[in-house]
Amino acid sequence: MSEIRRRDPRREWIVRNRLHAEHARALAEQGGGAASEWLGPSGLIRKYPHAIGFIGPNGIKRIDRSGAQQCGQAVGGARQAAQDRRRNVTIEAPAFLVAVVPDMPGGRLSNHDRDLLGLARRLADADPERPGAVLAVVFGELKEQGFGEAGIDRLLHLGDDTYVGFAPEARLAVLTAVERELAPRHWLLPDSPLGGADLGRRLALRLDERPATGVWQIEADAESPMGWRCTGRGGAESLDIQRPLPRVALALAECAEPVDETRHAAEALSLAEAILSALSRIEDLGHVAVDPAGVALAEAEFILSAGNGVKDWEGFHHAARVLGATEGASRVAVDDGFMARHRQVGATGTWVTARVYLAVGISGAIQHLQGIQGCDKVVAINLDPGCDMIKRADLAVIGDSAEILAALVAKVEQQRGGQRDAA
Amino acid sequence: MRPEQQGVEVTVLVSVGRHPVTGRARRADQDARGLELALGLERQLAGSRVSLLHAGARGEESEAALRGYLGMAAGAGMGLASLTLLEQAEGSDAIPALAEYLAGAPPQLVVTGSRAERNEGSGLLPYALAERLGWPLVNGLAAVEMIENGVATLLQALPRGQRRRLKVRLPAIVSVDGAAPAARQSAFGPARRAELEATSVDAEPDYELAEWQLAPARKRPKRLKIVKAASARDRFKAAAAKAEGRGGQLLTDVTPQQGAEAIVKLLKAEGVLR
Repeated sequence: MSEIRRRDPRREWIVRNRLHAEHARALAEQGGGAASEWLGPSGLIRKYPHAIGFIGPNGIKRIDRSGAQQCGQAVGGARQAAQDRRRNVTIEAPAFLVAVVPDMPGGRLSNHDRDLLGLARRLADADPERPGAVLAVVFGELKEQGFGEAGIDRLLHLGDDTYVGFAPEARLAVLTAVERELAPRHWLLPDSPLGGADLGRRLALRLDERPATGVWQIEADAESPMGWRCTGRGGAESLDIQRPLPRVALALAECAEPVDETRHAAEALSLAEAILSALSRIEDLGHVAVDPAGVALAEAEFILSAGNGVKDWEGFHHAARVLGATEGASRVAVDDGFMARHRQVGATGTWVTARVYLAVGISGAIQHLQGIQGCDKVVAINLDPGCDMIKRADLAVIGDSAEILAALVAKVEQQRGGQRDAA
Repeated sequence: MRPEQQGVEVTVLVSVGRHPVTGRARRADQDARGLELALGLERQLAGSRVSLLHAGARGEESEAALRGYLGMAAGAGMGLASLTLLEQAEGSDAIPALAEYLAGAPPQLVVTGSRAERNEGSGLLPYALAERLGWPLVNGLAAVEMIENGVATLLQALPRGQRRRLKVRLPAIVSVDGAAPAARQSAFGPARRAELEATSVDAEPDYELAEWQLAPARKRPKRLKIVKAASARDRFKAAAAKAEGRGGQLLTDVTPQQGAEAIVKLLKAEGVLR
């Protein structure tokens, strides 16, 4: 479909002329319903006030004077424009590079990573005459689509198995190779327990720099060697340390606003020289199975949460065991005595940050939805297709919760059994 | 029947902590956890020895704090009778002194907390020592499972309560944080009786730190929800918006098997199903 709005003067004339034989049809085509304003026979503007506005979702008539609702077609166009308002930016010959090593938990950029990329953009775009480029070095398997929207100009991806898991020495070898070949002016890493804090400190000492840690603010400062001054947290959160920005900085979450106005090229890049794989003295033997019931609800990765709609509690507990999920509950389930108080999710319970939140029979009171704001993916199993939890959910299945949970358990057990047979 | 296990020499680096409310000197929480871990290792492996090391100024307050670690001995004759104190002037860099001492009498395992509670507290010390000594470093240790033939099997704590098993060749540096076992209480009597073996070392002042401006932490500004809207209508809609559907998938009129299949697919894609 073409984006250009075409005018049909004849139809417009018919719409203005309510005595025309095709007036009603032309109006309906335009989508305006009854005409509310037309030029009278004497040249005066005539208005029909009852035709103004539209019926809102609650059955109440709403009048929208912003102009967005005047024509049905215009609304669609405006919505498309709202989605596509980002400006495309391509930096062909950057004056310098700002290297960022995001954490990428689960193969996606976290909010912390996006904030960090926003900070990198601030450093890169400070001088519009000589813009720098943001280089992101990412490891492992990727699921992220919006690297350009996050503000990345150049992307160096290393997907080898060598870099998966706890491989600080292999990753450090890559970063030192980047340093030798591309010599970025700034290195930015997230000061997060997901790996950025560890890797950043190793990198800084390898580059013989004294990094700024816990950085939460930077400001331009002409007297500093790099032209920037930073403020970081120190001394167990009790001190603010202000110092000139060094080459390597480890920044906290919310250190800058994420990029939201531009779209960058995210051009793939590769290193010319081969990376020397040093013999690692640390061997990763993989994850250890932990008891999901022992994991604190606030930091659990996968939560199976029960609400008023659950009747088969034995089946629910069994499903949690089989899926390896931490159990949660809505307030109703706790008040009715089916679950312990420390399992309650929501405003009066625990604010959870799970990657996947599987809500069974929870309608989604606003207090509960507040508690799951930090969750990435929400899956809802419910009987009522109109409830608020379904609106929040990324995947919603309408049906009886006990049957679906039983089918889920059967499916998972079947797949695990198949794997064991194959092995 | 079991293979003869040999004890290891463990050095715990301890620092003077800071009480988060009163600001008084105390034993640092993470370092005390590290010592607890080392004492557990001493019980696990017969013939292990735990020694304590601190570099810094000697004062009344810091001595009281350091004696907090010495009071953690399991019983009479269980070690921890002394603490090695590398005495330096206030505001000097502790890393060269510690690296020199450790290189002179290398233990097999060095345990530290991950961040100091005073001054810069950047958490760089274990990394700097590892870089200087050329030893491997493991951060966020939760437990030491086994030490055999100079190879340690460790459990590393990950965010979200997860654990990862690692094998590290000794000598190594490990740092602990809040996931390590909580420290036991400190007994006053043994703490008083133990001695501090102080040797003064010459250290250069940390000039860089002296140039920085240190101020009590102020509250970080709370991030506001920024609404970029051209018209009043858009602004109002943004302010009054309820949580709306973000293009989620809705499955109605499906059999439980189909629904379960869709859920399993999502769980697999997210990697939470093991």
